Amino acid sequence: MSHAIQDRPVSVAPRRGSLSHARLPRWTPAAIAAGSIAGGIGIGLGAGWHSKVQWGMIAALLFVIGTYALTSKVEGSRQAKDRVATSVVWVCFVLAVIPLLSLAWVTVSKGIGVLDGYFLTHSMNGVLDAEAGGGVYHALLGTIEQVLIATLIAAPIGLLTAVYLVEYGGGKLAQAVTFFVDVMTGIPSIVAGLFILATWNLILGFGPSGFAGAMALAILMMPVVVRSTEEMLKLVPNELREASLALGIPKWRTILKVVLPTAIGGITTGVMLAVARITGETAPVLLLVFGTKLINPNPFEGAQSSLPLYVYEQFAVGTDAAMARAWGAALVLIAFVMILNLVARGIARWKAPKTGR
Amino acid sequence: MAKRIDVSGLSAYYGAHKAIDDISMTVEPRSVTAFIGPSGCGKSTFLRTLNRMHEVTPGGRVEGKVMLDDENLYGSHVDPVAVRRTVGMVFQRPNPFPTMSIFDNVAAGLRLNGSYKKSQLGDIVERSLKGANLWNEVKDRLNKPGSGLSGGQQQRLCIARAIAVEPDVLLMDEPCSALDPISTLAIEDLIGELKERFTIVIVTHNMQQAARVSDRTAFFNLAAVGQPGKLIELDDTERIFSNPSVQATEDYISGRFG
Repeated sequence: MSHAIQDRPVSVAPRRGSLSHARLPRWTPAAIAAGSIAGGIGIGLGAGWHSKVQWGMIAALLFVIGTYALTSKVEGSRQAKDRVATSVVWVCFVLAVIPLLSLAWVTVSKGIGVLDGYFLTHSMNGVLDAEAGGGVYHALLGTIEQVLIATLIAAPIGLLTAVYLVEYGGGKLAQAVTFFVDVMTGIPSIVAGLFILATWNLILGFGPSGFAGAMALAILMMPVVVRSTEEMLKLVPNELREASLALGIPKWRTILKVVLPTAIGGITTGVMLAVARITGETAPVLLLVFGTKLINPNPFEGAQSSLPLYVYEQFAVGTDAAMARAWGAALVLIAFVMILNLVARGIARWKAPKTGR
Repeated sequence: MAKRIDVSGLSAYYGAHKAIDDISMTVEPRSVTAFIGPSGCGKSTFLRTLNRMHEVTPGGRVEGKVMLDDENLYGSHVDPVAVRRTVGMVFQRPNPFPTMSIFDNVAAGLRLNGSYKKSQLGDIVERSLKGANLWNEVKDRLNKPGSGLSGGQQQRLCIARAIAVEPDVLLMDEPCSALDPISTLAIEDLIGELKERFTIVIVTHNMQQAARVSDRTAFFNLAAVGQPGKLIELDDTERIFSNPSVQATEDYISGRFG
């Protein structure tokens, strides 16, 4: 808060060389925010706009301008720039949080109505489209099985690929692998689905099954696992590898017992994010798993269902009862992903390198 | 235990860059040999060639011979992993394994090598920690993480970890440069005790330290930045610090270098 270094001629500073100057009280940003929200509502009502988005934009604009005007008047131009930057950060934060909160709110408020023990433990067997009742048990079971199989395929391959890239790679092969992993990250999910459909189902002649869907999901999951694991392994200090090698520990044991445990927290988080991504995939499941109203616990034979597919089907039916079921299934899907994430965080915290005495 | 190192015509490279040029010297067993010299003169690189850690660096390459008693470390059938079990190393910054407890850190070398008897592990850990003068400070919290110790304790933990695998030679790459004077004193005392059992080579920037702990001192220098480092002279520490035979050594020691 020094005025010893001025970035413009002294006009606001009370005295040259003084270390103290006028400061706005701590509650100023909150007051400006409240004022600009009120202003936004006032202007919106006055001009007769219906869209709340316009009200919000006016309020955000007022907030930034008001902050700048007030601060430059009282505290000086450097402080004003600082406060404007802070206020822009706040506006962006609110902009990012609004869709998230409204999505959560809409899903919960519309889905909570049908969500009960019956909904979670029954399938759609014999339930007519317009009829209330039925449940998501078959879809939930399908999702869990498909995601589990996809993870069992993709996580080890992705993990080992990342280990190769970080610990052994460096030549042309590593560059090629990195390039193709990047390309794979950009594969649209429907293309992964079509690929499995063309090879597994059309060329090899298998019917629709949860396993076919899981293979497509594994293709989508693998590059995400490789990328995140790679970054985590790069974060492991080289000193630890050298310390281990200098003890006469072979390289593979160094990786297995020193490098991977040090990075396990981040790796788990990365794998879980990848799981969260594929849990919501609809397109490959639609092509390969086909969808059914019945409970099929065997992922290797016959059509299964899955939560995103179930949401899609119920939405397509469009009756009130079906829409309610779609929202309920969406809520179950979000809760499922969230529980997975919480479990991953728990594992990451439990396994993370320990500090403290 | 405690073997003689005989280096002849050793050069080390990072890719195309030659870091040290044609070094020959003998390191006596059961003694402390200190390497001094300006930054970038190749002391650490040379140290790392003595247990084949240099080649871990991408592009690292070595020419020449390092005889450990009568075995060439760079012989064609020599396994670098076996070399590193025989020639231990302590690094500049303390680097205990963050996922492991104090006990596991010391036991790591034995456990991960798979060459131990379960019943002996506790004894070996206790002996190593006592050998590193750390036992009394940590004996009540062996299950706590090693990263919770102070810097000086962590460095002694790393020394305990290195001596737990019973190497013949112990290389130390500026082991005290990240430590305060009290911890440094503790490590220097420890070096004095360890030389009864091991051949010790220590790189240091602190000339008082070299004078205090070492029996023999080697001075390294480089002609200019970008040129490979060379061994200027190796002699008894007393002689190097009182009456060196090369003018460059005297200039460096008396602070007239550069």
